[in-house]
Amino acid sequence: MTPENALPKEHYLNHGYGWKSWLLTTDHKRIAWLYLVSITLMFFLGGFAAFLIRLQLLTPQGEILRNDTYNKMFTMHGVVMIFFFLIPSIPATLGNFLVPLMVGAKDLAFPKINLISWYIFIIGALYVLWIILSGGLETGWTFYTPYSTSYSTSNVTAATLGVFVLGFSSILTGLNFIVTIHKMRAPGMTWFRMPLLLWALYATSLIQILATPVLAITMVLVAVERFAGVGIFDPALGGDPILYQHMFWFYSHPAVYIMILPGMGVISEVISCFARKRVFGYKFVAVSSLMIAVFGFLVWGHHMYVSGMSPYAGMTFSLISYLVAVPSAVKTFNWTATLYKGSVSYDTPMLYVLGFLGLFMVGGLTGLFLASMGLDQHLHDTYFVIAHFHFIMVGGAVMAYFAGIHFWWPKMTGRMYPEAWGRLSAMILFIGFILTFFPQFILGYMGMPRRYSVYVPEFQTLNVLSTAGSTILAVGYVMPLVYMLWSLKYGEIAPANPWRAKGLEWEATGPIPAWDNFPVTPTVTEDAYNYPQRPVAEIERERAAGRAEGRMPELASGD
Amino acid sequence: MSAHAHNPAVLHHFADAEQQKESATLGMWLFLATEVLLFAGLFLVYTLFRWKVPYVWVKESYLLGITLGGINTAVLICSSLTMALGVHAAQEGKKKALIGWLLATMLLGATFLGVKAIEYHEHWEHHKVPGLNFTYTVPYDNAHPYKVPEQQVFHFLYFCMTGIHGLHMVAGLSILTVIAIMAYRDKFSTTYYTPVEMAGLYWHFVDIVWVFLFPLLYLTGNHYTGGH
Ligand SMILES: [Cu+2]
Repeated sequence: MTPENALPKEHYLNHGYGWKSWLLTTDHKRIAWLYLVSITLMFFLGGFAAFLIRLQLLTPQGEILRNDTYNKMFTMHGVVMIFFFLIPSIPATLGNFLVPLMVGAKDLAFPKINLISWYIFIIGALYVLWIILSGGLETGWTFYTPYSTSYSTSNVTAATLGVFVLGFSSILTGLNFIVTIHKMRAPGMTWFRMPLLLWALYATSLIQILATPVLAITMVLVAVERFAGVGIFDPALGGDPILYQHMFWFYSHPAVYIMILPGMGVISEVISCFARKRVFGYKFVAVSSLMIAVFGFLVWGHHMYVSGMSPYAGMTFSLISYLVAVPSAVKTFNWTATLYKGSVSYDTPMLYVLGFLGLFMVGGLTGLFLASMGLDQHLHDTYFVIAHFHFIMVGGAVMAYFAGIHFWWPKMTGRMYPEAWGRLSAMILFIGFILTFFPQFILGYMGMPRRYSVYVPEFQTLNVLSTAGSTILAVGYVMPLVYMLWSLKYGEIAPANPWRAKGLEWEATGPIPAWDNFPVTPTVTEDAYNYPQRPVAEIERERAAGRAEGRMPELASGD
Repeated sequence: MSAHAHNPAVLHHFADAEQQKESATLGMWLFLATEVLLFAGLFLVYTLFRWKVPYVWVKESYLLGITLGGINTAVLICSSLTMALGVHAAQEGKKKALIGWLLATMLLGATFLGVKAIEYHEHWEHHKVPGLNFTYTVPYDNAHPYKVPEQQVFHFLYFCMTGIHGLHMVAGLSILTVIAIMAYRDKFSTTYYTPVEMAGLYWHFVDIVWVFLFPLLYLTGNHYTGGH
């Protein structure tokens, strides 16, 4: 191993100093940091609301919050976590950082628009702050009419306008990615040589571009309807509340894939590196991302089986919802097959990936329960639904986000995070997660409805388990925050390619990328994940030697 | 590194002028796709209510009158022609012609907005502005002798759709102003006129939206004869 004790003289982080060099930057890597800081703040804001919810549910009668405060807390939790954390999470941070590096370009196609998208995000976030300061919002994150039109006494207009504004940040990010992936790939980087993260982000961007504007116009209509007192959605004024639900879920179901698809891309990258194998069935995994994006547009009705929908429409939506599980299953099976006869090592990113595989599978399969019309009659609006989507969103998307942040941290900062702490917190997170959310499947199946601040005493044991789990989960989230911040200053200097991973972002940028990424435009001559095929025993020997050094070994001369 | 470093029109992060142009074009089309879906939400609401209460749609549409809307349609179609001629002039590097056609396009666009303002004023005088001043026509007609809330919905949608379209016109005019100034300052050449083309795409899109709005809002009631 060649020890590299110092970072290069010039890199993107010291290319300029002072607030202007950050707030007016058009460098995609710095914008990734702007987003990373912003969404981390939002994550802990949303997490704080969640923690209050769990505290309230510790006892059947709920001692902590007044009923309407409770409603405001779950609304805040949902709005912040979905619109301000999960939607931008991987695309705006890792995606911004990696897309140009992975295609071998100097920047995204539209660097200024990229910066504008962050400012739009911040304006949206200020709306949320305004809502909190003006007393909160109690409609639930779905803004269902007529709660949001006639019955809400809170600042719905600000919230809908905030979501409207925010949507454009998401649209602009998606637009930038699609153009960059289409037009700015380095010589030799054909479509089927692209890393799977790019395929996933491409599919995500399609959804962002085509679905977000529908949510935007829906939010405008709610705001204007409240202003003018005209019934587009409010039944008392001749409007149609089901229409609202259709328009809302036309965005918000595909939005689930905005949240999970980038995570799936990260999983493909990490799993192939830590299994030292090309992702099994690369082309199928690549195309399945597009299939998910396309089918994802056709299933929104499964949120509305009990809202008033003809059984024929319901059956159609149910059938397509089953079909959309197929590409997800293709991915899961192929990841598992990638592990088969791979030489697997268990560093922190891989631990998160393994956590993802288990939790995403449970989340995905319980999604099928909810996609069937009959069972959904029983499970609709219960904690079963809560558990299902937290398994996908937290167990899936957030786990993948953490895997990615740890995996690319050396490239983003030039320093290693402390591996032992990383593994420990990955384990804590996994245990805390299971303890928090698994009981909710049972609670929901037994009939505990969502969004109530009180419950019957029989449900207390499971609720206590869930709340206890959430404290462990909180520890699992705070720990990475602390040691990542620590590592910014004190972390060991990272070598250019600490994982011996494949991909332009590792192989062609040096220890930490320069301001314009590549000294010379790279040329791609091989497929993605072209890890050398070597006898497992040999790799194991090297790895054991590496363990003795306390660091993952460099693999082989041929790398 | 390469020759393009001397071409000020090619930004640092693009490999060459062609890549830059293709990126801009694709980006613009994607943006227009977003815009299509934004308006699609409004068209969906329109369709649903028209299907639910066709008689309201016919009569309220009749109240709009077609004269001013018709004039505006003609104005916008002409402006698309002048815009296309402007892009053509840019391709051939004819600066004066480009600026002339851009100004003509802007004049037509401003005319459209002026006529629209007159129309809005008329709606105000006729008490057809939902939320601010709206009077139901009662009795509605022989078959439906009571006021129906969907009357307001029609005008509400009318204002939403034409209002959002109007905002796009204002945005278009601002863009054309910038393009005209750039043209005046010799920013374009026969090899670099992408911004003119992009502005043209946007302008045509806004025109096309109107081509759908006009029949749906104005012509739906054209054969209304005043009750059964
Ligand atoms: Cu869904």
